[in-house]
Amino acid sequence: MSLYRDDGIVLRTQKLGEADRIITLLTRHHGRVRAVARGVRRTKSKFGARLEPFSHVDVQFFARGSDLVGRGLPLCTQVETIAPYGGDIVSDYGRYTAGTAMLETAERFTENEGEPAVQQYLLLVGGLRTLASGAHDAHLVLDAFLLRSLAVNGYGATFDDCAKCGMEGPNRFFSLQAGGVLCGDCRVPGSAVPSPETLELLGALLSGDWETADACEPRHCREGSGLVAAYLQWHLERGLRSLRYVEK
Amino acid sequence: MYEGVVQDLIDELGRLPGVGPKSAQRIAFHILQADPVDVRRLAHALQQVKEKVRFCAVCGNVAEAELCRVCQDPRRDPALICVVEEPKDVVAIERTREFRGRYHVLGGAISPIEGVGPDDLRIRELLGRLADGTVTELILATDPNLEGEATATYLARLCKPMGLKVTRLASGLPVGGDLEYADEVTLGRAFEGRRLLDV
Repeated sequence: MSLYRDDGIVLRTQKLGEADRIITLLTRHHGRVRAVARGVRRTKSKFGARLEPFSHVDVQFFARGSDLVGRGLPLCTQVETIAPYGGDIVSDYGRYTAGTAMLETAERFTENEGEPAVQQYLLLVGGLRTLASGAHDAHLVLDAFLLRSLAVNGYGATFDDCAKCGMEGPNRFFSLQAGGVLCGDCRVPGSAVPSPETLELLGALLSGDWETADACEPRHCREGSGLVAAYLQWHLERGLRSLRYVEK
Repeated sequence: MYEGVVQDLIDELGRLPGVGPKSAQRIAFHILQADPVDVRRLAHALQQVKEKVRFCAVCGNVAEAELCRVCQDPRRDPALICVVEEPKDVVAIERTREFRGRYHVLGGAISPIEGVGPDDLRIRELLGRLADGTVTELILATDPNLEGEATATYLARLCKPMGLKVTRLASGLPVGGDLEYADEVTLGRAFEGRRLLDV
C-alpha cells in the first residue's frame, strides 16, 4: 500500500454508486490514471468541486498495490487546485465544446494507463490555458491542439514540403494517407486540393504562428477544421464523439 | 448458487443499481421470510409503477395522467419555468416550498464526451413552451457541475434573445458549514454571487 502524488488534468468523470465518482486524469508522471473519489457528489464534499473536467489539480492517491496503476483503482485522498480552467471554459459554449474535444483527444492518445505521456500532458495544459484565456478563437485552439497532439504521437503532418519526396513547398495536394501535402509528381488519386491560405493556416497552427492564424478568413478556418478532423480520424481509426458537437 | 427461483430472484435483484451480489442475497432471503401479504404488496407496487407512471406531455416530469401534478395545478404560476435535469430534481425543489412556478425536465445535461448533445435533450419542447409569450422568467436549475453549467450557458444563449428574464440558481456555501472548510471553487462562486443586504 502506497501513497502517490502527481499533478494532472481531469479528463472525465463517471458516477459510481451513491455519491462517488471515477475520475480519469492525465497526469505528468503517470500518464492516464483512473481513480475513485469517494463522496464527491455530496454537496458537503471537501474536494468535489476541484475534480471537475478541465481542472488542473495536484492529487494524492492511495493505491493498494506496489504501483499506482494495476491492482484495482487507487483512491483520491487529497486534491488541491493548481488552475481551475473549467469556469472560464464553460462560460462560453463554443469554448466548452472545443475543450471537451481536446480532453477526449488526450484520452484517446493515452490508451495505456500508467504510461507517462509528458508531451501530451504539457500540450493539454497549454491548450486549456489558451482556451480559457479567450485569446484566440476556440476552434483555432482546438485545431492547433489536434495537429500538435498528432505530431507528438508520431503522426505529424506537413503543410509545405512534399510529404513523399521532400520537394520544397508550397505544394497543393493534400493526402491523409501520405501525411500531408504532396507535389504534382507524388500526388495520389483522391488527394484534396485545399486553398493555399488553408494550408498556410494549418502550418501556422502547427508551428504556433498565431498572428497568421488569427488573421485567417472564416472559410479557410472551416476548410482547415475539416481537414484536421479527417486527418485525426484517419489515424485514430474511430472518430471522436465530441467532435461533432464542436461549434464552428 | 441456489436452486431455481431463489437464484433467479437474486440475479434480478443484483441487476438493480447499487445492489451487489451479497446485498441481493440478503434482500432475497428477507423476501423469502417476509409475510406473503407484504410481498404481494411489493410486487403490486412494482407492477403498478410500470403500468401507470409515464412522462408528463408538457414538462417531462413523471406523471400518472397525461399531465403531472404540477402542470395540472391552476395555482402554479405559468409565467415562471424552472429547468431541471431529472424528475428527482423537481422533488428536491418542491421540498423547499419556495417555488410556485412550473417545471421543465430536460432529461439530462449536455455532455459531448458522452455523446449527449442539445438534440438529445428536451430543448425543442422547452422552446415550444416559450413561444406563446406566457413565460416571463426562465430559472436554470441544472446541476452545479460542469455539464450542468454548460447546459445553462447554452440555454441562456438560446433564450435571452426571446426577451425573457433568464436566471441561474445561486451556488456557494452550504448552510451549516464552516467557511474555512470550503474549497476555493465554491468560495469563489459564493463571492461572485454575493448579494446586497437590505437592513
